[in-house]
Amino acid sequence: MDLELMINSFPKLLNAAVITLKLLSVSLIIGLFVGLFFAILRLNKNIFINRFAYGYSYVFRGTPLLVQIFIIYFGLGQIEYLRSTFLWVILKEPYWCAIIAFALNTGAYTSEILRSAFQTIKPGIIEAGKSLGISNKIIFYKIQIPIAIRQSLPAYGNEIILMMKGTSLASTVTIMDLTGVAKYIISTTFKPIEVFIVAGGIYLFMTFIIHNVIKFLEKKYSFN
Amino acid sequence: MELLAFGDTGWGDELFYATLMTIAVSITAMFIGFLFAFLFTPLKLSKNKFLNFIANSYTTIIRGVPELLVIYLFFFGGTGAVMFVASIFGYNKYIEINAFITGAFAIGIISGAYSTEVFRGAIQSIDKGQFEAANVLGLNKFGKFFKIILPQTLRLAIPNLSNVWQITLKDTSLISVTGLVEIMRQSYIAAGSTRDPLFFYSFAAVLYLLLTFVSMKLINRLEVKYSRGY
Repeated sequence: MDLELMINSFPKLLNAAVITLKLLSVSLIIGLFVGLFFAILRLNKNIFINRFAYGYSYVFRGTPLLVQIFIIYFGLGQIEYLRSTFLWVILKEPYWCAIIAFALNTGAYTSEILRSAFQTIKPGIIEAGKSLGISNKIIFYKIQIPIAIRQSLPAYGNEIILMMKGTSLASTVTIMDLTGVAKYIISTTFKPIEVFIVAGGIYLFMTFIIHNVIKFLEKKYSFN
Repeated sequence: MELLAFGDTGWGDELFYATLMTIAVSITAMFIGFLFAFLFTPLKLSKNKFLNFIANSYTTIIRGVPELLVIYLFFFGGTGAVMFVASIFGYNKYIEINAFITGAFAIGIISGAYSTEVFRGAIQSIDKGQFEAANVLGLNKFGKFFKIILPQTLRLAIPNLSNVWQITLKDTSLISVTGLVEIMRQSYIAAGSTRDPLFFYSFAAVLYLLLTFVSMKLINRLEVKYSRGY
């Protein structure tokens, strides 16, 4: 055990954890909107819209996140047309490519979570809203969405933790996040166990915080 | 399409063997995961606080730490650990461990943590009466477990195990960082030498989709088989 290395690498890894958290929070926010959008499409009665949304979530849930990042980072740059548009400003940055991949990936899982949450809302609640003369739009925004958010909290908490672990793949496209820096330190010092304990400890701490925040929210928004 | 030709002109046969490699690693990892699950599930269910603590640490750490970090630990640490054990027995030369074994072991440990949770949940949801009935019939421990508890556990566990299988299958793509030539690694090589990453990575995505699709179909059959009594 090389305690000195563990102490020395701790601040470096902590700095890298900030990048991991940035990647996580930005992709979760974008992913939530993507997920909500596709969940609404899934509930649409038009079969083509419905199938399109299902196809999206099937493809992103059925392929590894690594493939998705590589397609966006290495693959899209190959299209000549894209290079001439303003999109290239975003797509040439590994940081944004990773975020796009993460957001689309978590969006697919989020859309499934929200869809099942919408579907478990009792029809009586919507009927109650209608009988009070509330418009469909307000029923959706003020009744269905809040209930769906409450219903989906436990599953969404798991998704946040899975996504936090997913951000480690950003290190494969040259981003120095927590895993990227950990790998760098391991490959220069050849002390994998020490670095793993420190980096793993930071990840576990973040998991612990997320887990407890979700638990707190679940209690706060519980029905009874 | 000519990029996918079999033989020396295309990457068809290489990608085909890479797909077989992905399947082989996934199955091996899933099997190693089952071994870990059979070891840790009893510890999780045990009344002993200390054994509980060991099993809980295992599942919490593995499920809270990124897969890639675990793979790096095994990739960089595996050789050192094996050489250390070998040096105790007086063997001091450099030993290189096979990328397949390191990869399958790393993914297996991850998959085992998920399997443990699945089996724990399944065993806990079996009615107490089943255990009592088995006792009343005078079955010994083995008979009780293999004839009464395990078949019912499997029925409850299969839907969740199919999720674990999907996770394991997708996690094997991460072994490509250690140089094992599976789908991801082969696509990386092909993309590098043809300068056509979009095509090869998209094709890799199609291969993974195909694997998940086919395995889901097979698992559904298994599910029907194990729930025929219900």
